[in-house]
Amino acid sequence: MKVHVNGEPRELPGPVTVQALVPDGRGVAVAVNGTVVRAAAWSVTTLGEGDRIEVVTAHQGG
Amino acid sequence: MQIAGEQLASRLWVGTGGLPSLAAVRAVVAAAEPGLVTVSMRRTSDTGEGSLLDTLRATGVPLLPNTAGCRTAREAVFTAELAREALGTSWVKLEVIGDETTLLPDVVELVEAAETLVRQGFTVLPYTTADPVVALRLVDVGCAAVMPLGSPIGSGRGIADPHAIEAVRAAVDVPVVLDAGIGTASEAAQALELGCDAVLVATAVTRAEDPVGMAGAMRLAVEAGALARQAGRIPRRTAARASSPTRGRVAL
Repeated sequence: MKVHVNGEPRELPGPVTVQALVPDGRGVAVAVNGTVVRAAAWSVTTLGEGDRIEVVTAHQGG
Repeated sequence: MQIAGEQLASRLWVGTGGLPSLAAVRAVVAAAEPGLVTVSMRRTSDTGEGSLLDTLRATGVPLLPNTAGCRTAREAVFTAELAREALGTSWVKLEVIGDETTLLPDVVELVEAAETLVRQGFTVLPYTTADPVVALRLVDVGCAAVMPLGSPIGSGRGIADPHAIEAVRAAVDVPVVLDAGIGTASEAAQALELGCDAVLVATAVTRAEDPVGMAGAMRLAVEAGALARQAGRIPRRTAARASSPTRGRVAL
């Protein structure tokens, strides 16, 4: 199954949850197809073919 | 000072962008003793930037995520939502930039984004032009503070139009935080003297020859500016006015 993680194509073995994609989710936010997935829902949100996933965290900034 | 009922420990806020290492971030924050530290939200990679969060959390200073780089209200709202989820704060320094050359705010998109985020329960601190009319619009839609620019981001040109900053101060009843353009400590002090409640500096510190030294200078400057504002400056006069008494002078 092919998805895009932070703009890069990624091959996943099959349907996986957001939780499996981001095992250490401290300080991280995830959006799937432009919608934020709350951390509480990571373990029950399954990724699908062609999903565009954004994984972001804090960087230095002004 | 207080924003949205929260007490902040200092009127100096610092950005971390431009520092070469996490050790430098730690040292600058220690020297500045800021009330808030700003961060941006970017895609994760394997460069270990996750530890930036650990570094900043260890300082105990509250974090203020920004929406830097966003060009539309929609992008900025999305970025704020991600920041709230990642950092567990509903505060956001809202930036919507009109173009890459000037990095000036697109105030139309800004007001729209602010309104949406306030409705979603965010505490919105918008980076805006030094324009009292726009500032009022932002307060009207529920912003907790306004952050007018002194001069363009990273330009170090100081407060280009002090009267505009005073006009913003006079127009709104929320805290005014001078954001962008500060180049050195005297300009940070001036912002407070003009009536701003706080100052956010990033480039002025992070790209100074000695960032830690400049961070300390900014801390003292902001304190001095606030004290001067409170003390009340003398009016400007056209003519000189002697401070020594004229009576009792010796005769020759």
